[in-house]
Amino acid sequence: MLPPSEPARREIVLPDIHATERLASAVAGLARPGDAIALIGDLGAGKTTFARFFLAARGVRGDVPSPTFTLVQVYAAAACEVWHFDLYRLNAPGEAIELGIEEAFATAISLIEWPDRLGPLLPPDRLAIAFGFGGTADARHATLEGFGAWRARLAAVAAP
Amino acid sequence: MIVLGIETSCDETAAAVVDDTRRIRAETVLSQTAEHRPYGGVVPEIAARSHIDHLDRLIGEVMAEAGVAYRDLDGIAATAGPGLIGGLIVGLMTGKAIAAVHARPFVAVNHLEAHALSARLLSAVPFPYLLLLISGGHCQLLVIEGVGRYRRLGTTIDDAVGEAFDKGAKMLGLGYPGGPAIEAAAATGDPDRFQLPRPLIGRPGCDFSFAGLKTALVHAVRAAAPLDAATVADLAAALQTAIGDVLCDRTRHALAAYRVARPAEPTLVVAGGVAANRYLRDRLAALAAETDVTLHIPPPRLCTDNATMVAWAGIERLQAGLSDRLDAPARARWPLDPAAAPGAKA
Repeated sequence: MLPPSEPARREIVLPDIHATERLASAVAGLARPGDAIALIGDLGAGKTTFARFFLAARGVRGDVPSPTFTLVQVYAAAACEVWHFDLYRLNAPGEAIELGIEEAFATAISLIEWPDRLGPLLPPDRLAIAFGFGGTADARHATLEGFGAWRARLAAVAAP
Repeated sequence: MIVLGIETSCDETAAAVVDDTRRIRAETVLSQTAEHRPYGGVVPEIAARSHIDHLDRLIGEVMAEAGVAYRDLDGIAATAGPGLIGGLIVGLMTGKAIAAVHARPFVAVNHLEAHALSARLLSAVPFPYLLLLISGGHCQLLVIEGVGRYRRLGTTIDDAVGEAFDKGAKMLGLGYPGGPAIEAAAATGDPDRFQLPRPLIGRPGCDFSFAGLKTALVHAVRAAAPLDAATVADLAAALQTAIGDVLCDRTRHALAAYRVARPAEPTLVVAGGVAANRYLRDRLAALAAETDVTLHIPPPRLCTDNATMVAWAGIERLQAGLSDRLDAPARARWPLDPAAAPGAKA
């Protein structure tokens, strides 16, 4: 048993984009209203790709535009809404409140790119997925960390 | 007919007074760019309060410069979407308040429609025409049949074209906004030193994709690191050239589809902030010449976000007998084509 302050942690190798799709589908299958999923990584690391596969797995059809310009896109999905945030352009955590992020945390599933911009507003119960580059152009690796309630739930994420 | 236009959908706070003789009586834009530093370096950010802080003063300035009183206006037009909801509400409520107090007609303008009609502010471009709309948040090809009649031929399936510039500039250590920075760096670069993909080129249809180009640039940057100035210039040139190739290929497809139904004298209009890029303007001018198409691209200051185009869209809608009630909502998402059926909620 981990001490309560330590996140549970798993490393997953993603040899190609299909592995990213399987990981996103697995996480989407576990997610429920109120969940916050932080997506971490440099430009091109696969954050938005993961989000697209996640949304598809929750039944979203049609355009999934990047939220970079609008900061958030809201989707009607299976069971609840999914809010897809890109907080890169935020200057202060309080600005996220104007985007309605508290409503998202209360009722929806939140996919959050650049979650560090949230500072103290980052939910204590969250799944963080950090993407890094692998040895080939398509390869990535993902580090999953469960915080709070997600510590126990992380084990249920099947390896892709 | 004289209309006051208000634009607050993103980072720019703007107001303008335009009349139906196509005369811009007054216009002002407060943005993050250096030319607005005389305002004290205060730049509107995403927070709605920045728009609140500046909008009243900007409206007062353009009304004074235009020399018209509120009661002389034939309408007030404010951007109601798409955009950031906080900013939209500020501009919309301000426009509604002026309309209510002075009993003037109100028009809730779609920001994309304002871009779409902006070429008609400069000259009487007849309907219909093909529109390439390229900006930080959008990349679409539409047939503009008339005011309020828009048909989408294609759109980006991932990133907008402006994002490709902004994220590319970030990877290359250049500034924000990325479009001007990439354009400046690319001017001295060799576009052939690095090979970047042209997503969807040659494929049927008119959709765009830029995410793969961004990822390819990541790998090129990692392979070439550490970057010297010449390498940055070469990568910027490779990126800009790839974007130009993609835009021209997809526009060529759209022109072919458009010509099937309308073979005579096709007109191409390009609008949106990315249309301020000189290299892309030249590429699209060459495409128009090669395909025997009449091309209209507004000057750069009317391509980037502004209230002049919003006022003009208000004039076009009022002339078509269209106005809006004072309970018209702000809409974060508002596709021009109602048949676009996006996955997200409108």
